[in-house]
Amino acid sequence: MEEASAQQVHVYAPPGGFLQKYVFSLDHKVIGKQYYALGLLAVCMGMALSWLMRFHLVWPTTRIPGLELLSKAGAPGGVITPEYYLSLLTMHGTLMVFFVLTNAPFAAFGNYFLPIQIGAEDMAFPRFNMVSFWTTLVAFLVLILAFVIPDGPPISGWTSYAPLSAVGKDAGPGMGWGMNLWGISIAIFCVGSLLGALNFIATTLDLRAKGMTLMRMPICTWAWFITSCIALLAFAVLLPACILLILDRTAGTSFYIPSGLVVSDRLQPHSGGSPLLWQHLFWFFGHPEVYIAILPSMGIVSHILINSMRKPLLSARVIIYSMMSIGFLSWMVWGHHMFVSGMNPFSSLLFSFPTLTITIPATIMTLIWLGSLYGANIRISAASLFALGFISMFVSGGVSGFFLAQPSIDIVLHATYFVVGHFHMVMGVASIFGVFAGTYFWFGKMTGRMMNETLGQLHFWLTFIGTYCIFMPFHYLGLVGNVRRYSAFVNDFTGPLMPLHKFITIAALGTGAAQLIFIFNLIYSRYRGVPAPENPWNGTTLEWSIPSPPPWNNFGGKHPVIYHDPYQYNVKGSKGDYIMQDSPEPSAG
Amino acid sequence: MSSTIYQPVRAPSTLRGSTASTARVAKVLSGSGGASRSGIWVGIFAITMSFAAFTSALFVRQGSAADWTHITLPSLLYANTLALLLSSATLQMARRAIAAVPTMESRTARRGLGWLLATLALGFVFVAGQYEAWRQLAAQGLYLATNPNSSFYYVLTAMHGLHVLAGIAALIFVMSRLAARPAALRRSTFEATATYWHFMGVLWLYLLLVLRTKL
Repeated sequence: MEEASAQQVHVYAPPGGFLQKYVFSLDHKVIGKQYYALGLLAVCMGMALSWLMRFHLVWPTTRIPGLELLSKAGAPGGVITPEYYLSLLTMHGTLMVFFVLTNAPFAAFGNYFLPIQIGAEDMAFPRFNMVSFWTTLVAFLVLILAFVIPDGPPISGWTSYAPLSAVGKDAGPGMGWGMNLWGISIAIFCVGSLLGALNFIATTLDLRAKGMTLMRMPICTWAWFITSCIALLAFAVLLPACILLILDRTAGTSFYIPSGLVVSDRLQPHSGGSPLLWQHLFWFFGHPEVYIAILPSMGIVSHILINSMRKPLLSARVIIYSMMSIGFLSWMVWGHHMFVSGMNPFSSLLFSFPTLTITIPATIMTLIWLGSLYGANIRISAASLFALGFISMFVSGGVSGFFLAQPSIDIVLHATYFVVGHFHMVMGVASIFGVFAGTYFWFGKMTGRMMNETLGQLHFWLTFIGTYCIFMPFHYLGLVGNVRRYSAFVNDFTGPLMPLHKFITIAALGTGAAQLIFIFNLIYSRYRGVPAPENPWNGTTLEWSIPSPPPWNNFGGKHPVIYHDPYQYNVKGSKGDYIMQDSPEPSAG
Repeated sequence: MSSTIYQPVRAPSTLRGSTASTARVAKVLSGSGGASRSGIWVGIFAITMSFAAFTSALFVRQGSAADWTHITLPSLLYANTLALLLSSATLQMARRAIAAVPTMESRTARRGLGWLLATLALGFVFVAGQYEAWRQLAAQGLYLATNPNSSFYYVLTAMHGLHVLAGIAALIFVMSRLAARPAALRRSTFEATATYWHFMGVLWLYLLLVLRTKL
């Protein structure tokens, strides 16, 4: 690396003023925190929207004071209309999938820790990195703008199925400019994510410190790397899909709108388009997106579990290969979202096989985690609890995937709460648990102060029990036939299910309130927490070899040299039961 | 390309760890020459994926209804193609000229400038030609929304054109550096720009094939 740095100089001076330091920063650590803050803001909004939805589902006529201020047409007198329920649904899904599940585990932690864990001083392209974040922020603002325009947010769901998403105002409230903003926002988001993914890949390939072979990278670095490869391809497909959607909406083209389509008693002036085309393009992005959300959390959780168990996993290599195979298979399964879309049934069968095949690497990973935990003397902390909680959520939510992967069963369950329960647990909550685990684990490194453990563990138990109370009953509702996307259930066969719905709503409000403990802990610990030492968890990887918080150039101008695999635990080292990656002392093995 | 935040440093000696304690030490991104190379290839991969999505949309759309027609491509497109291919050749000449100089600080590095200017001019010729081809189609009454064929024609050429404009911006950046401060231009930046520019030609040949056979 010395030779390379002497040859090719790519440097920038220390940040000067406030703007350079905290706002338009080129420092990957600041950018990581910015992504984290954006994710936090988006998750608070997304959660508030889900409260409104849950509230409306069980008390559809009850007034929510002040809600009319959010939308006069959508909530006249503070009562949510069925259409506005769909607006909330759309915005909840879009915020959560794009701005939380993609941003927090991948862009935020990846930005902060990937360069440090490979021994680099920054990302390969710091300016691109800054542009990535600011582009993502613009995408966020454009999306949020839909709340304030008179048209309101779109009602198409986060998947925005054509042709209703493509025809314009006739499709309902919010489907005029609200939907335009959605399309523009997601297109901008794609650009930001593509730049980010490109940066991650180039950084991992080229900026590794001396001795940091690919197989010596920590598991979470691998996870971010694999995720960026997936993101690069996925967002490269969603961007054209959004461009064609915007053209159908604004330029009169007919990519997605078929002939003779009558919406709101009006014959649409389009012809010959294919609504299924949108679904193919969207889910070609959409399924890999699930792994963009979950893989980083798998990496973070593996990283934390190893540290808490004080011993390596049964096989870190197999975990990495499993993540690679998940990434590879994710390109062949998009059709399993379309079993009820009118696709040829033979295609359904073809998509079913690789979908079931994905369960193999996922099961292997789970068995490795559980097998490694067997007999381990795990150090209980908020971070390790959330890591264990991740495995629990991933298994509980993943098991229902075996059923949904089969077209014959999916056709029955597809439009029900069963699917809602499945994806919320396996990709939503599981991924968020990974983010919580990462936050409790790395907060000290990122801010210089440790988070409060007692509050952290309390937060874990309330969240863990709460999320099970919310999402497990969804499966039962679905099996009984409770359809999803309906804004209210009155006087039909779902009547006897209302007590369960009420239970879920109360659990959701309670679990949401428990997150205030987390927010309080974040703010309190930031200013009043115990000062963090360099290596509070006796970790082995490079982030623990530098001060907390790290200096702006990470390693203080030094170039670390790597001597070991990332997880030298359960060995006799000079500092205890571990040997750091950059320590020249010989490992026991 | 702001120069206030991003300051290239000439002397490699300041990069070593010994000066780490001083606040003035610059942040070093070692090995970034390789990073530009992988960066540009990763970018090319993503762009390829995007155009694969556009063209598969074209195939699906063609099969989805009976309204697929035929449009005759303006013959100007072939002249544009020639301009773009020529620009790749002139860029190769510039590459050769610059590869021959031992360091970028040497004034002889500017020998490539003339060839780059030719490349840039041909790039502009291509873009202007593509615009003129649009006007010719519009004169025939073929607009973006006239039929699916014209829709795809405009979308594919516009998307390619946008990418070419990005290449033109990169060329202008490289040339201004070469003219004003050749030492501040990294070879890897130049190489990445050249790779991207050649890829624009390859991509256009592919698109021309698609347009010619499908529209």
